[in-house]
Amino acid sequence: MAYSDKVLEHFQHPRNVGTLDKSKATVGTGLVGAPECGDVMRLQIEVDPSTSTIVDAKFKTFGCGSAIASSSLATEWLKGKTIDQALSIDNMTIVEELALPPVKIHCSVLAEDAIRSAIADYQQKNGIEVAVAEKTH
Amino acid sequence: MTKDTRRVYVDNNATTPTDPRVVEAMLPYFYQMPGNAASRNHPFGWEAEEGVDYAREQIAALINVDPKEIIFTSGATESDNLAIKGVFEMYASKGNHIITATTEHKAVLDTCKKLEKEGAEVTYLQVNAEGLIDLAELEAAMKPSTILVSIMWANNETGVIQPIKEIGELCARKGVLFFSDAVQAVGKIPVDPKAMGVHLMAFTSHKMYGPKGVGALYVSRKSPRVKVTAQMDGGGHERGMRSGTLNVPGIVGFGKAAEIAKAEMHQDAARLSKMRDRLEKAFQDNLEEIYVNGSREHRMPHVTNISFKHVEGEGLMMTFNQNIALSSGSACTSASLEPSYVLVALGLGDDLAHSSLRFSLGRFTTEEDIDYVIEKVSAGVNHMRDLSPIWEMYKEGIDLNSVQWSEH
Repeated sequence: MAYSDKVLEHFQHPRNVGTLDKSKATVGTGLVGAPECGDVMRLQIEVDPSTSTIVDAKFKTFGCGSAIASSSLATEWLKGKTIDQALSIDNMTIVEELALPPVKIHCSVLAEDAIRSAIADYQQKNGIEVAVAEKTH
Repeated sequence: MTKDTRRVYVDNNATTPTDPRVVEAMLPYFYQMPGNAASRNHPFGWEAEEGVDYAREQIAALINVDPKEIIFTSGATESDNLAIKGVFEMYASKGNHIITATTEHKAVLDTCKKLEKEGAEVTYLQVNAEGLIDLAELEAAMKPSTILVSIMWANNETGVIQPIKEIGELCARKGVLFFSDAVQAVGKIPVDPKAMGVHLMAFTSHKMYGPKGVGALYVSRKSPRVKVTAQMDGGGHERGMRSGTLNVPGIVGFGKAAEIAKAEMHQDAARLSKMRDRLEKAFQDNLEEIYVNGSREHRMPHVTNISFKHVEGEGLMMTFNQNIALSSGSACTSASLEPSYVLVALGLGDDLAHSSLRFSLGRFTTEEDIDYVIEKVSAGVNHMRDLSPIWEMYKEGIDLNSVQWSEH
């Protein structure tokens, strides 16, 4: 199976790899997937509470090239977005951007779950009502 | 920085390069001697038949059997199908029970699954953590309706060698036929089916430096005389067991590959096992949390299967797959999203199965190749661990089993 150029590019030069301080109130952490399934994504956002804008995003991913590229792309898209804008990121947009084949669509689903989970964590920490119900797949 | 264009092939269990000496032996059979080995009335046919007969002798000599006991096929998948389906049909009046193991090749397992739909009863033996079947369990599974035991000689993913002699003795005592898929063993280690009590044996040319598209089934002719029902109907070639025009150049190449293997197998095995051990030791010295899968005592000299914990196999492969060819037990390398059933059968856990790489060395592997693999794979593992959240958690002392994972 050949990888798309965009997957390869993100895999070879992953954006925003790292760890934010999860104890900070302004940081939301999403940890999704399971080692048994071969994919675990941890996506973190740091939010400026005055504007509800994501000022930083970091990830670490255990998984295949498509999973790493999906989470790398997600962190790139998240920076500078408001929470509401971030919640509108759909997994199919990731599929299109990275030209993921059908067998790798679950990687994009996981990235979307990671975004929602990180936002939900931030909102819960700060007593903000979790505005959008978690999408189920 | 110049692009690293080096290519190292350590996927010899998938297929081996064709030895140039084999190619040379094959070439005259494409144009100068193009005959059909079944053409009995002209020199073209005679030459082709001579080429086939000679190859049959070379192959028989490698495994110490009579040339008449070699049935040529298109490859080991066909040989597996012919052996199992052929025995099931031929011996239907004696019973319908087949015993095999969960770590067999898909060509055996899927054939058995198909026969279950046609009235066969199949017992799938489990293996222990070393990948070996339990002889007491095999004996306990045998019953009056058992007609066939199908246990592979050496496993394709781990290289683990089953106790063939003991299985053969048990089958002889119980009067049950013993078939072995010996694809990964023939030409690499001494394989003598008669001495081991194996009555049918599948093997193939392209795993022993011969061309693709040609394989063989050994069928014992004496004590016991075994017959299989043909699965391909036609001109009655190969003593009626496998119709179809013989692949003369392929068979000639297979024969040459067998001759070379017989002469060079021991020196190849000694050289490759040293390189394999050096590879394992280097990974163990360079990296933490790595596990060699399957028995290290009962295994092929050229194979190692290693799990690099907290790193996913396909992602790891992407760090070097422009330069190094090998295989992974990770689900992501297959369409099924399930990790290697062979490694799971060893009790490995899906996470370690996802983290595995199989290195299979071969006749053309050099010491420099091994140095390169050590360097590139070690760097890849370190890189992927830097990216891995579960490696970070492990390093922080978090018990990963206590984490509530979101299954998906």
